[in-house]
Amino acid sequence: MDTRNFTYMFYGFVAAWAIVLAYVVSIAARESRLRKELDRVRKMIENREN
Amino acid sequence: MREKLIYLFSAVAMALLVWDLYRIFMMLPDEANQGAIYRIIYFHVPAAITSMVGFFVAMVASALYLISKNLRFDSVAAAVTEVSVVFAAVNLVTGSIWGRIIWGIWWTWDARLTSMLVCWLLYAGYLMLRRAIDEPTQRARLSAVLSIFAFVDVIIVWKSIEWWRTQHPGPVLSIRNGGGMAPGMESPLWWNLLAMALVAASLVLLRMRQEGIRRELDAMRRHAHAI
Repeated sequence: MDTRNFTYMFYGFVAAWAIVLAYVVSIAARESRLRKELDRVRKMIENREN
Repeated sequence: MREKLIYLFSAVAMALLVWDLYRIFMMLPDEANQGAIYRIIYFHVPAAITSMVGFFVAMVASALYLISKNLRFDSVAAAVTEVSVVFAAVNLVTGSIWGRIIWGIWWTWDARLTSMLVCWLLYAGYLMLRRAIDEPTQRARLSAVLSIFAFVDVIIVWKSIEWWRTQHPGPVLSIRNGGGMAPGMESPLWWNLLAMALVAASLVLLRMRQEGIRRELDAMRRHAHAI
């Protein structure tokens, strides 16, 4: 393979997947927060109803 | 069913991406003038097409929400837009890196680049608007209207390289009568597009699951206030 500009090509590929990966991590963090909030509200309703 | 689809899409996307990376790096011939950097096109273009198709789906879902008032369509629009904004960012960043080598500059205010940046800003604004409004039906209505108007810019992005003389290259793909790539060099781009579309579909399904949890949470909060 022609190695001219290989470094910048590498930066491009890394940047592309870093952006997607950062988004996947943010989705996972949001999911965890949402489930915790769901549990909290569910418990609050159970306490109020009892 | 949704969980199985997420796993299936992710697995097929991963397999395709590994195969494509092997083809792009090990099998494709070099481009005579650009050296290795031309290979960025295999991520730059599929990311652009994935985001534009996503914005189209979001526009259709937004219109369906305005017609039916069904919040599920709003969830689809929100999920698809968010994922499409990520792929639009991939397109902008990889294009900028390519431009640094080929043009000697990171950025230029030509019609294609500017309209794509405006597109990204419009849809980022859509996501910010959604965060700013708490009431679900008002949030859905306003963001649906914005999504439909913002899609006008997607058409401008798509056609800009035909309407204006841009520094950005003109059409190269055979579907746009570009003919700028040899058939053997073009096919990995379409396979990579399929892989990226499957990654995007998995992410959209994940986000839709979260939107479902959010709707459930909103309903429980209303119930909690009522008792």
